[in-house]
Amino acid sequence: MKPAPFEYAAPPTLDEALAILSENDPDEVKILAGGQSLMPLLNMRLARPELLLDLTRIDELGGVRALDSAVSIGALATKRDVEDSSLVRDRNPLFMESTVMIGHPQIRNRGTVGGSMVQADPAAEYPAVAVALGAELVARGPGGERVIEADDFFITYLTTSLEPGEILTEVRVPDLPAGTGWSIQEVARRHGDFAIVGAVAMLRLESGVCVDPRIVIFGASDRARRHPEAEALLAGERPSAALFESAGQAVAQSLEDPTDDVHASADYRRDLARVLCARTLSEAMERAEGSGA
Amino acid sequence: MALCSIQVNVNGTNYQSVVEPRLSLADFLRHELGLTGTHVGCEHGVCGICNVLVDGRSVRACLLLAVQVDGQSVETVEGLAEGEKLHPIQQAFMDEQGLQCGFCTPGFIMSLKELLDCNPSPSEDEIKDVLGGSICRCTGYAGILRAVQSAVAKMGGGQPSSAD
Repeated sequence: MKPAPFEYAAPPTLDEALAILSENDPDEVKILAGGQSLMPLLNMRLARPELLLDLTRIDELGGVRALDSAVSIGALATKRDVEDSSLVRDRNPLFMESTVMIGHPQIRNRGTVGGSMVQADPAAEYPAVAVALGAELVARGPGGERVIEADDFFITYLTTSLEPGEILTEVRVPDLPAGTGWSIQEVARRHGDFAIVGAVAMLRLESGVCVDPRIVIFGASDRARRHPEAEALLAGERPSAALFESAGQAVAQSLEDPTDDVHASADYRRDLARVLCARTLSEAMERAEGSGA
Repeated sequence: MALCSIQVNVNGTNYQSVVEPRLSLADFLRHELGLTGTHVGCEHGVCGICNVLVDGRSVRACLLLAVQVDGQSVETVEGLAEGEKLHPIQQAFMDEQGLQCGFCTPGFIMSLKELLDCNPSPSEDEIKDVLGGSICRCTGYAGILRAVQSAVAKMGGGQPSSAD
């Protein structure tokens, strides 16, 4: 199982990479980051590009930096870079927790943050957390720089709103607001596998009621989505097991066209979404109470 | 198709080679350098049998191209023993029956080398997280876990700390 032949370019700067991209037919170029999703596709010859454009020599796309109220993660930063980042650990424990749920150490050593976003696997953790946190994705193309809200970035299965000539350069992950309780949980066949279904919950408690509740379900349909109907049930209400269960039921009802495949039936995914919604809300509430807010 | 010239340090020896861009690191090690200790299983990143270290980090050699390691250092299972003396992780796999057929063993051992290089006293959970990245169909993993714990003790690691 070997890739079909391709030309290879590994430019040292983003400008050169963009130039190469603009000089070639975008349908014949594949952009290589960590390679943990693309290389299997090449090996299986499901992808047969004429040119492989390797970004991993571009130092300016790596690293994790502090912004005023967000962390900027270079598109080429690996999951291992995030795991080792005390900045992410301090500012955003939810993003950190989602990182160590991905694959295995050998995968996280190579796999990049930007690669996971651009791959847009509906069952991947990073897109779900990006949507929950309201992350911004920064892309550069022939027309300059563009900032895209996470909710507008992910379109459907393996599809983003990146234009063919654009390269993702950075992911800006907003800090968790003070007092926010959070949780990410998933059900997978084996540790490190993609989720069959997963959920992310965030909420704050003010005067004993839920404020700014957010629920994202991933793995259940074409992309990670928030569930406004369930969030509306929670806002301004006192948290309780019964309330979280009703939010879970609202999520299950509003889930459009759940995925039905060899891993799980649509009905099973709908039920997992209900259960995981209630469980993550419960854990998020415990963390919000523990934060002393 | 243009060939690429690369320079790679493998187990302390510098190699210069001209390769096709599509050649994987695993095939480069096995076919170009004759280092057949790195085994190849699924060739799409799932089985973890081809794990090697690149600049000290464990990676899937089937998901990396040889051109990508130009200028970098690679460690394979051949680099572990000193003459006839096995590395403590290798010895522990023998002593604790951490292998049966041995096909997956190099991938496990290289990942565990990274773990113990970075963390001499890993908790059981930390060990299992690394073991989860490779597949063994013979042992049921219990012997492998025992081998790691034995290697940790022999290499002077302290009491395994609990993960927190």
